Amino acid sequence: MTAVTVDGVWKFYGDYPALRDVRLEVDSGACLALIGRNGAGKTTLLRTIAGFSKPGKGAIRIFGKEPRETETRQHIGVIGHGIAVYDELSAFENLMLYARLYGLADPKRAALDWLEQTGLERVRDGLVREFSRGMRQRLAVARAFLHEPSVLLLDEPFTALDDRAIAVLQRLLREALANGKTVIMSTHQLREALELSSHVAMLNRGQVAFHGACTAEMVADPGWVYARYGEG
Amino acid sequence: MTAANDVSAGVRKGATAGRRRSSFTRLVFVIMAKDLRAELRTKEAVNASLAFAVVILVLFNFAFDLDDPSTRMIVGGLLWLVFAFAGTLVLNRSFARELPNDCLDALVAAPVSGACLFLGKALASYVLVMAVELVSLPVFGILYNVWFPFGQMVVVLALGTWALTVIGTVFSALTVNIRLREVMLPMLTYPMLVPALMGAMVLTAQLAAGTSIWGDSVTWLKVLTGFDVLYTAAALTLVETVLVG
Amino acid sequence: MRDKILYGMGVVAILLLARDVYKIASFPPEAAQGAIFKIIFFHVPAAWTAMVAAGTALVSSILFLMKKDFKYDAIAVAATEVGLAFLAINLVTGSIWGHVIWGIWWTWDVRLTSALVCWLLYAGYLMLRHAIEEPTQRATFAAVFSIFAFLDVPIVYFSIRLFRTQHPGPVFLSSNGSFPPDWTMVLLWNWIALLMLGIVIMLVRLGHEETQREIDYVRRMAHAL
Repeated sequence: MTAVTVDGVWKFYGDYPALRDVRLEVDSGACLALIGRNGAGKTTLLRTIAGFSKPGKGAIRIFGKEPRETETRQHIGVIGHGIAVYDELSAFENLMLYARLYGLADPKRAALDWLEQTGLERVRDGLVREFSRGMRQRLAVARAFLHEPSVLLLDEPFTALDDRAIAVLQRLLREALANGKTVIMSTHQLREALELSSHVAMLNRGQVAFHGACTAEMVADPGWVYARYGEG
Repeated sequence: MTAANDVSAGVRKGATAGRRRSSFTRLVFVIMAKDLRAELRTKEAVNASLAFAVVILVLFNFAFDLDDPSTRMIVGGLLWLVFAFAGTLVLNRSFARELPNDCLDALVAAPVSGACLFLGKALASYVLVMAVELVSLPVFGILYNVWFPFGQMVVVLALGTWALTVIGTVFSALTVNIRLREVMLPMLTYPMLVPALMGAMVLTAQLAAGTSIWGDSVTWLKVLTGFDVLYTAAALTLVETVLVG
Repeated sequence: MRDKILYGMGVVAILLLARDVYKIASFPPEAAQGAIFKIIFFHVPAAWTAMVAAGTALVSSILFLMKKDFKYDAIAVAATEVGLAFLAINLVTGSIWGHVIWGIWWTWDVRLTSALVCWLLYAGYLMLRHAIEEPTQRATFAAVFSIFAFLDVPIVYFSIRLFRTQHPGPVFLSSNGSFPPDWTMVLLWNWIALLMLGIVIMLVRLGHEETQREIDYVRRMAHAL
């Protein structure tokens, strides 16, 4: 079944169209790698799907519903450019906060569980501002996966991750996909992303230039799509 | 039964295993507790606010001769000027604290309504500003030997501070990612607060002169209350528009 | 076509104003206050025009939030600027009158004080707009602010009036006697003339906003390439 439908979406900044007539369907259990040059509209598209801003024209459906509906938001997990955790709070406090916001029945257990999954159980009471960069990234991952979202929207998740964090994220994504979750991730790290992806979409100046299954050819030569469908 | 069916069933029914519906009030409390915890850990805004208030109170000594009975009449006005300026230092932080690490995105993505987010933050700021004010009052009393009947003063503080907080929190959201935020916030809030500040000042002046606020000045209480109710309603209605583009 | 309307309206407005000034000059001076009292013919209609402008800005802001069409945003900003200009005329004429009659440039008279606070309020609107780069966010935030500002206008007036009843002070530009009916007619005609002038300025400003949006669009296109 279709998890995410992007139906003729346009997004304007003033009169300028950052997204033009984007049409995409992502099936449940699929992993879509969203690629394109800087400024092509990947972040804008992800943010619109996540419900951070409304499309100027067109519609987004997640399991048939609007992204902004409270129900839908329960099932979306987002990793953006920022880690979205509070520097002044501890790792545990941060996860407890989000567990409560997402209405988890046992927030404490969920928080401790995910601290373990991301290898942060020993620093659970440390303040985030004292964490190393890799630790902060892993906490961001824990935060996004905490409420077991069915749809994961990741904006360049592998950028600036250290090796340990990359390994954690790849493992979690593989598990999530095996459990039937849907992943859309924008990326410049083509190899890590294409290994996990079932589909690839390329954006060029706000339009979908290519959308199809991820082939062995693409994984072997990540630049293939750009060469074939990109511009210069 | 595939995971996809589970998920869509979950989305349809609105409750998957391991979740419970969080009430609006509980979520407001969660947000408020988060803001308070974060602020009290660093105490940046509260300390700055309190220090600022005390310094201004001391400076008044050089500007006015508060021993003279006729200048005691302006006491109400002075106090609320201090509260308004010191309060802005706290209110500025309200949405600004969500900027580092893009925390605001995560809050907006969470299944929490804009109204809930707003109320939680407003209440946290309210607690902090009231704390600064309640500490400033005895300082003012000691320095200038002006004392207010506590019960009535708390009523005026509660109503006046809420006006300051509601407007300050909404405008904190409006100015969150613009240049010169610290300067813009006061310039936008103070004109809008004129009726509320006026009411609070008049009532405080009455209290300093020994008159009850429930007497002739009760109209001002109504003005303050009306202002609070109107702008709380406006804020709750419009905050979602501000947070989601 | 729009230009023709603009010029036409502008000409009519100026002719009306000229006729009114001629008529006003021919009126006998007011008993107690002399010739300066005639400044009321501009002082009061300027305030009324500003109020109409504020109402226009409110409606336009609400429409923008509902429909997301930038033409409403343009109307809102144009109306606010026109309103600010006329409110400034109100403030200045009031102040001049005060200086001639009493030798003071200002006294915290109810209407003048309300006008000043409202002026600061709407000046804040323009400052907010100026500080936000991205057009959609600017329009949305400005619209929300405009709604808040308009809600405040009656409260400001009411609370200042309440304050002044408890702490009376001099009142600017009130007529102690009654206002003769033919004076009222001229006052109203003057208001119509000022309204038309306001609309002309607003239409010019709307054209400017459209051009600005096109420039913005072209600039973003250029950056994207």
